[in-house]
Amino acid sequence: MAALAETAPALSAMTPRPFRVLSRTQETHDTRTLELEPVDGAPLDAAPGQFTMLYAFGIGEVPISVSGYGPPLVHTVRDVGAVTHAICSAGPGTVLGVRGPYGNAWPLEAAAGGDLVIVAGGIGLAPLHGALLHAVVHRNDFREVVLLYGGRTPADLLYRYELQALRERHDVLVDITVDAADRGWHGNVGVVPHLVDTAPFEPDRVVALVVGPEIMMRYTIEALRARGVPPDRIFVSMERNMRCGVGHCGHCQLGPTLICRDGPVYSAAAITALMEVREL
Amino acid sequence: MRGFSDARLRAGDDPGGVATTAVLAPEALGGLVEALAARGYRVLGPTVRDRAVVYDELESADDLPAGWGDAHEPGSYRLVRRDDDARFGYSVGPQSWKQFLFPPQARLWHARRNGDGGFVPEEEPAPERPLALIGVRPCELRAIEVQDRVFLAGRHVDRDYESRRSTAFVVAVNCHTPSDSCFCPSTGSGPGLDDDGFDLALTELLEGGHRFLAQAGSERGAELLAELPQRPAEDVDLRAAEESIAAAEHRIRRTLDTTDLQGLLARRIDSPHWDEVAARCLSCANCTLVCPTCFCSSVEDVTDLTGTEAERVRTWDTCFSIDHSYIHGGAVRRSARSRYRQWLTHKFGTWQAQFDISGCVGCGRCITWCPAGIDVTAELATLREEGEVVRANH
Amino acid sequence: MQTIDVLLKGSPAFAGLEDPMPEVIAGCASNVQFGEGEVLFREGDAADTFYLVRHGNVALEMFSPAHGPKLIETVGPGELVGWSWLFAPYRWQFDARALTGVRVTAFDGACLRGKADGDPTLGYALMQCFARVMIERLQWMRLRLLDVYGNGGAR
Repeated sequence: MAALAETAPALSAMTPRPFRVLSRTQETHDTRTLELEPVDGAPLDAAPGQFTMLYAFGIGEVPISVSGYGPPLVHTVRDVGAVTHAICSAGPGTVLGVRGPYGNAWPLEAAAGGDLVIVAGGIGLAPLHGALLHAVVHRNDFREVVLLYGGRTPADLLYRYELQALRERHDVLVDITVDAADRGWHGNVGVVPHLVDTAPFEPDRVVALVVGPEIMMRYTIEALRARGVPPDRIFVSMERNMRCGVGHCGHCQLGPTLICRDGPVYSAAAITALMEVREL
Repeated sequence: MRGFSDARLRAGDDPGGVATTAVLAPEALGGLVEALAARGYRVLGPTVRDRAVVYDELESADDLPAGWGDAHEPGSYRLVRRDDDARFGYSVGPQSWKQFLFPPQARLWHARRNGDGGFVPEEEPAPERPLALIGVRPCELRAIEVQDRVFLAGRHVDRDYESRRSTAFVVAVNCHTPSDSCFCPSTGSGPGLDDDGFDLALTELLEGGHRFLAQAGSERGAELLAELPQRPAEDVDLRAAEESIAAAEHRIRRTLDTTDLQGLLARRIDSPHWDEVAARCLSCANCTLVCPTCFCSSVEDVTDLTGTEAERVRTWDTCFSIDHSYIHGGAVRRSARSRYRQWLTHKFGTWQAQFDISGCVGCGRCITWCPAGIDVTAELATLREEGEVVRANH
Repeated sequence: MQTIDVLLKGSPAFAGLEDPMPEVIAGCASNVQFGEGEVLFREGDAADTFYLVRHGNVALEMFSPAHGPKLIETVGPGELVGWSWLFAPYRWQFDARALTGVRVTAFDGACLRGKADGDPTLGYALMQCFARVMIERLQWMRLRLLDVYGNGGAR
């Protein structure tokens, strides 16, 4: 099939580009990681923190964070509905649609020179995965690099082999916990925010990136602040209903901000007040 | 908004630029419709249907609602017969121009699966005929400007909106008979037009002979105007136009204090007043449907039975639906209280932060078409008073 | 090697204890080591000791007939283990086992109860330390109960 000419007119913001699945990995019982490449045309230039609108032909579209770092496009997707089910069922060779990348990126350049703490809960590690990879590739940009990660049970943890390999590097601290253990688990049992209390970083020279269910993010922000980390050095990724991803459909509003356009990455200083208003 | 005392528009002046004026007899409107149709436009304008003034395709100027006015009250609308045959003697109807520029349903693209499992979406072409809008009120023109800001001024352009909007020919009209729901002077969007934003502007004059003062606002507007039977505008016509607009403004009783609405609504975000309104609000979404600036939309991705053809359709949506804030198996804004709060704080407050322009143009439709008769100007006034009491007590 | 009272003064678990309390408490304490897998105490045993973990991880477990020991929670350096010494019948409610090699400071509960009975100020201060631990553990437990990572809680 002839490649689309680079001079073809640009697509409308609402039209997906066909992307072929290169590989599919099973992370947990309900989560898959897909690697995708464009059927024609330039690869996507997506930065960690951004997201795309991922389309399953004829079924629908969902916003999914970018999980990788540089091409190919990597998405870790949890099967929770019709669209994500179709996406998780897409084996190598299947063509999905991609719009984006949209949104803003983790402030990794701004974090250089200090400690980097990545705190993830559940599938929250997926949007942070790219940041973690960046930190490993650019290890010398940072002083301490710490990953605090928690999931429901050991079977729900993502990227297990990679985390194991990461542990074996002695320049990244990986501290993992689960809400409930299984028989084979000999690690921490407890909540992620609790790991913040004793993590090895300097509160006055750290940037913290936090993603997880909102409750977990709230507690983690509190734990970081209790250690003296200023709220403008704590960053979260916010989530709301999205239909267009380009600032036209009105769904992803959180008070005065449009998450698809002004986020999804926000500093705690910018977003905590809004997070605290019920039913905003 | 300006009046006609601008030096450029003195009677008989032809500055050699774009702005020219003339006086048209009512019959000339027939020529206007024909000239636009001859140029290939789909001519849209007001007409009476189902006991309301709606916007629809005009086959001729005879379709205009001559002699019809309207009576608005919170929760009530009816047509009234005027004792003249004014063509634009009503204020606003339940519809706005967004139904044409931003249609309730629009297919964006369709695609077919090809041999190797891939697909290439084919975008929907621009509509065959560009639109000509006749009878665009100052508040409606401002509303179009607001939607332009949302759909065209951001990082991403809404191509569907752009294709309809960029070619639209606008014949705007100044208001002479506002309704009791109108409050455009408070939002700075009427009852008189600004100097620009239209191809042609008409001011209907009823005293001293039924006629229209026409003002061109663009080259193509001037070209069209030149084709219509006319006489030159005189000082008396210009003064009559100014007086008509001033009289209209004088008749508008409803006001809204817009001082720092954004800050006010942010401070009252947890006010008990929201519960009070929620007790009356039915979450029927009428306000969002009639509002000329509301732009929330959803997309439907559908496929045929065989799964080989798919299309994406954009549809209107409303923040009053529980679905609007659906996430992770539940809705963020579950209560009617939170949804009414979203509507009001967005329209008058956070919209400003999001798009650097106010979301309300003072047309009053939401007041008229609310079955519970909820009046946004009254609700905002209550919140402001409440805010003052709170401040006084600290 | 720090003396126990110096250790207590620097420990967040005993934050706010004014002199001479750290010394008084240290008088009931001794340092102990457990090897990986060794049991600190079992459910039902007499609970006359509590521990401040200084190094390593301790697993709190419950034994169930069909499934063997079930890991409830892990406790790490700087954290306190055990509050059953505070109230009759002074019996452990769960098992504790060293997950790794563990160094702890063990406190004689009966000894401390005696001292607290004679000195209400000390008693109140000790209660505050333990109340803080319990509140924090309860809060984390509630967070786990919410099952935020469950389907529908997503992320």
